[in-house]
Amino acid sequence: MSAQITSPIVVTDADTAHVKKIWKAFWILLILTIIELILGLIIYNIDKTPDPSESLILAIKGTICILTLAKAFYIISIFMHLGDEVRNMILSIAMPAGIFIWFIIAFIVDGNSYKNLRNTDAGSRTYIEQTHHAPATGPSEKSDKKLD
Amino acid sequence: METALAQTKTKMWTGGKSPFNVSYGKLMMWYFLMSDSFTFGAFLISYGSIRFSLNHWVDHNYVFNKFPFTEANLPLAFVSLMTFILIFSSVTMVLAVHQGHKMSQKGVEKWLILTILGGLAFLGCQAWEWTHLITHQHDVLVDGVLQHWGTTVSHNPWGPEVMFNGQLVATPGPVAFGGYFFGITGFHGFHVFTGVVINSIMLVKTKLGTFQKRGHYEMIEKAGLYWHFVDLVWVFVFLCFYLI
Repeated sequence: MSAQITSPIVVTDADTAHVKKIWKAFWILLILTIIELILGLIIYNIDKTPDPSESLILAIKGTICILTLAKAFYIISIFMHLGDEVRNMILSIAMPAGIFIWFIIAFIVDGNSYKNLRNTDAGSRTYIEQTHHAPATGPSEKSDKKLD
Repeated sequence: METALAQTKTKMWTGGKSPFNVSYGKLMMWYFLMSDSFTFGAFLISYGSIRFSLNHWVDHNYVFNKFPFTEANLPLAFVSLMTFILIFSSVTMVLAVHQGHKMSQKGVEKWLILTILGGLAFLGCQAWEWTHLITHQHDVLVDGVLQHWGTTVSHNPWGPEVMFNGQLVATPGPVAFGGYFFGITGFHGFHVFTGVVINSIMLVKTKLGTFQKRGHYEMIEKAGLYWHFVDLVWVFVFLCFYLI
């Protein structure tokens, strides 16, 4: 907390160490974002190929999600100083937020199930997976847009 | 009697001291942010749910591929600029909080001004992006007739492509895209806007010396928590709309 009343001129070792920690967190966030962007561009280029591998794209997207969670951790623990708070307080924030794990899984699975029901007329016919990819037709930007 | 009172007062949960070793205002800011994260979480998860239930969604690399002052195809470029602006303004905010700990009025002012400028730059970027999406028209084949649509909450020109007169033309895509995109980025933009307003109030109060007289800069810390939360939400909005 802000009870630490010192003269503004004094620059302590703890002070420089703290500023260093802040800038380190900034560089980590920046580098993680740049890696995410590179992965995003890799997906873009894989998509442009005639027969893109769906599982490879899914793996890259999963990696991006993990990197995002790492970024969230750095913002919360370093920038918002939650890491420096009392353990019970951290838990009183983290435990309700843990509901997100159920929240995300339940609703994504629900959405997926809805898609299957729609594609099979509620199970009355078989669902043929359709992965439309427009053939790579020339350099024209519009025409190489993928279908789904 | 007096000693008994003094003893109860020093126990952890009887009101004598803060069990979380944190002021009321700061704790409530944390709980507000937690509840706000559920609001954003519900929006984003509902978006994910709808997206998983549809066979076709838009391809973000083609929707968000423009940069101001150029017609070049630059996927991800503009949104990375927005992300960098927000991360940088988060750093300037945490440095302002740090100067507050050191009771340096000048330091707080300097970093707060930079934070506000970062917030305004982000809002400007978002305004440009929205304007571009809404006003930039695309060919869409609707009931056999070629039309020109912008991307709005009621029109989505980014659906699957079909052959029409020997040319690949897009058909209308899921309407939900516009609603979710403008709704969620709009709600986030509203948070950025309120963050800028709060930071501006903090700047004025710092300039007036209110916190210096009070003896601590805890208000800057609370405003900082809000501002970092805005950055935190953007990390997830960036993930859900622009990266995957």
